[in-house]
Amino acid sequence: MSKNEFKGIPIKVVPPASEPAEVEMEQVALYETHKKIYPRWVTGRFNNWRIFFVIATQLFFYGVAWLQWNDRQMLLFDLVNRKFFVFGFVFLPQDFIYLTSLLLISALGLFVWTSVGGRLWCGYACPQTVYTEIFLWMEKWIEGDRPARIKLDKAPMSAHKFRLKATKHLLWILFSIWTGFTFVGYFTPIRDLLAAVPTLSFGPWETFWVLFYGFATYGNAGWMREQVCKYMCPYARFQSAMFDADTLIISYDAERGDPRGSRRSGTDHKAEGLGDCIDCTICVQVCPVGIDIRDGLQYECIGCAACIDACDGVMDKVGYPRGLIRYTTEKALSHGYPEKDFVKHIARPRVIGYGLILLTVTSIMAASLYMRVPLKVNVMRDRNALVRETDEGLLENSYRLNIQNADEKQHRYVIRVGGLPDVKIEGDTRREIVVGPAEAEVASVRVQVEPQHATRGSKKIWFEVQAVDAPSISVKEKAAFIGR
Amino acid sequence: MEDFSSGFWGIYIAAIVVISLAGLLYLLRSQSVVKLPKGQKADVTGHKWDDDLEEYNNPLPRWWMWLFYLTIFFAIGYLVLYPGLVVWKGSNNWTAAGQFKQERDKKDAEIKPLYDKFMQQDVVAVSKSTEAREIGQRLFMTYCIQCHGSDAHGAKGFPNLTDDDWLYGGSPEKIVETISNGRGGQMPAFGAQFGEEGVKDVANHVLKIAGKKFDAERATRGEANFKTVCAACHGPDGKGNQAIGAPNLTDKTWLYGGSETTIIETITNGRKNYMPAWKEFLGDAKVHLLAGYVYGLSHQEGEAAKAK
Repeated sequence: MSKNEFKGIPIKVVPPASEPAEVEMEQVALYETHKKIYPRWVTGRFNNWRIFFVIATQLFFYGVAWLQWNDRQMLLFDLVNRKFFVFGFVFLPQDFIYLTSLLLISALGLFVWTSVGGRLWCGYACPQTVYTEIFLWMEKWIEGDRPARIKLDKAPMSAHKFRLKATKHLLWILFSIWTGFTFVGYFTPIRDLLAAVPTLSFGPWETFWVLFYGFATYGNAGWMREQVCKYMCPYARFQSAMFDADTLIISYDAERGDPRGSRRSGTDHKAEGLGDCIDCTICVQVCPVGIDIRDGLQYECIGCAACIDACDGVMDKVGYPRGLIRYTTEKALSHGYPEKDFVKHIARPRVIGYGLILLTVTSIMAASLYMRVPLKVNVMRDRNALVRETDEGLLENSYRLNIQNADEKQHRYVIRVGGLPDVKIEGDTRREIVVGPAEAEVASVRVQVEPQHATRGSKKIWFEVQAVDAPSISVKEKAAFIGR
Repeated sequence: MEDFSSGFWGIYIAAIVVISLAGLLYLLRSQSVVKLPKGQKADVTGHKWDDDLEEYNNPLPRWWMWLFYLTIFFAIGYLVLYPGLVVWKGSNNWTAAGQFKQERDKKDAEIKPLYDKFMQQDVVAVSKSTEAREIGQRLFMTYCIQCHGSDAHGAKGFPNLTDDDWLYGGSPEKIVETISNGRGGQMPAFGAQFGEEGVKDVANHVLKIAGKKFDAERATRGEANFKTVCAACHGPDGKGNQAIGAPNLTDKTWLYGGSETTIIETITNGRKNYMPAWKEFLGDAKVHLLAGYVYGLSHQEGEAAKAK
């Protein structure tokens, strides 16, 4: 049987017409090479808003550290002594819940205005944006605008180039060190820190944090820039979950702008079949994250509105109406409703929901702060100690009361006990404990009860600590009395 | 490494670590580039669902890749310097115990001048120094309160240190001796020897000499047993003996309780008590400071008494 016969069926072998041509393969990198972005200088009303926010936030950051309140720094987080001075308040580690609520309020606040206004935080007030902006101002001042910077980077190293680059980095570094210094100034009194500058007698941790925070500022605002928003910031990514079709976005009006193309002045571009976009690419050149807004909404867009300002300027020049790139919503763009009706669509379930939670948390925190008693008491019963019997036959337990004065005045406190019949504190019950401003004292207290009132097991008692000179400052704490 | 019964485990761990590192390095290298036909871009990963649902390739920046390499180089550096591989002790010979000793020695050296100053004073002088008392209190709060309580008032079976009534003597030297070497007190059980009634009789004699309410008839009967048996340690008049730690039965202070029931329990079953020795653990200086603090508890005068 021949090879070409199979079960008697003749098989005809057909040679392939031609071998497929050898495909030329090449290696493609799977990591993106960083392309430096040179944002072009922009002016306009939204940029003015950004300038306002940069100045406002930085006046607060660099300024508030120097303000005094009650003969101490107004805003000081004294980690070493675990006391946190915030305006008129002295917070103790037990008040950590207020930090939690503050973070909650900040998060919910971001939720609310992101669902209404999109990435407003990112575009105007986020430290990453703010410091990048400041660094760009310095960069422009020394190296010039976009074309000059591109030219300078392409040019071979020369004395001129070296001088410009060195000046820029020196300026950046000085600014960064000042930033790091101010940051540490919120944890170590900034005036002490300043006094230590001439002799450079900072502590090891202060030195570390000034340099580390300074390095982070220099690195993030000078070098990383949009990379932080694109690859490092989690908020940038999960904001899309708060967006809906009624959220403000920055968008190019393709209907009006396309087809794009350059034109000579004085001609009727509509008759030539062109839209309003003259394809000058200024909107791309000003973009700090290096995208083309005309490609639609992209995750990289931080909503800085630089392209709006740029395009409005161009439209003014060529005599077209402003707003080819503008704040709008997805629904308005698809003619769901006229753009000015945006306000009517703010009150939607998502926004109301976020808003209600925000309002609740804010009210609870405000009420709690208003009613806060500037006194903390920790009752510590001797560990593993059982009951003891006094010479008079009374049952006795001993406790240590940690009395923390969260007020900035000295107070005298009395301790009372209750919860069992005839329960009393051994010795002088009117004994007063004096605790200095924002200090803590430990009072050793022995509690005695007639044996018949403290039978088998643990009994609930309470301690009340009250300031003699300010009776409204009073705290009641539960404790256990171990009977026989 | 004594916990590892066999040298195999060191090799086992080292092999896993080295193979993992090499694997990671290979993975990183192999996943950094892909071979594609010329002109084609790696803009999709090639994963496809439901005919047209494709996964886009959103590449990480190149500097991020260098961070991955950095972690691997860090791991290698760490394994050279520190004992992470078990079979290799690390080139800088670091151990947790060594670091602890180093930190402790440093702190000890820092404190030494302060301790030396107090070692030159006697216990009474130490008890009057505010600084020494504060140190002593912190030591007491760490090592002593488990038995004697934070206020040093003791508990059942653990003596009150504030009342100037002492089992073994309250002179500064005796206090130092007690803390240094510890104490072991023992009272034998007399339940079998005296019988139930006999124990009650002796107990009533004890109540009598203690100045408490007692049954006169029983006390008289119990006196004989007390004088012959109990007096061996507690003395014929029941005033105790500090040389062997036998308590004084005529005062108001009771180690286990002064009710009739408790006294009967004590005589019937005996008592055994123990305080550990601290000299080895704390060293002389801390014992000295503690002795000063304890002495001061029952000898408060001037500033100390006012502060209390």
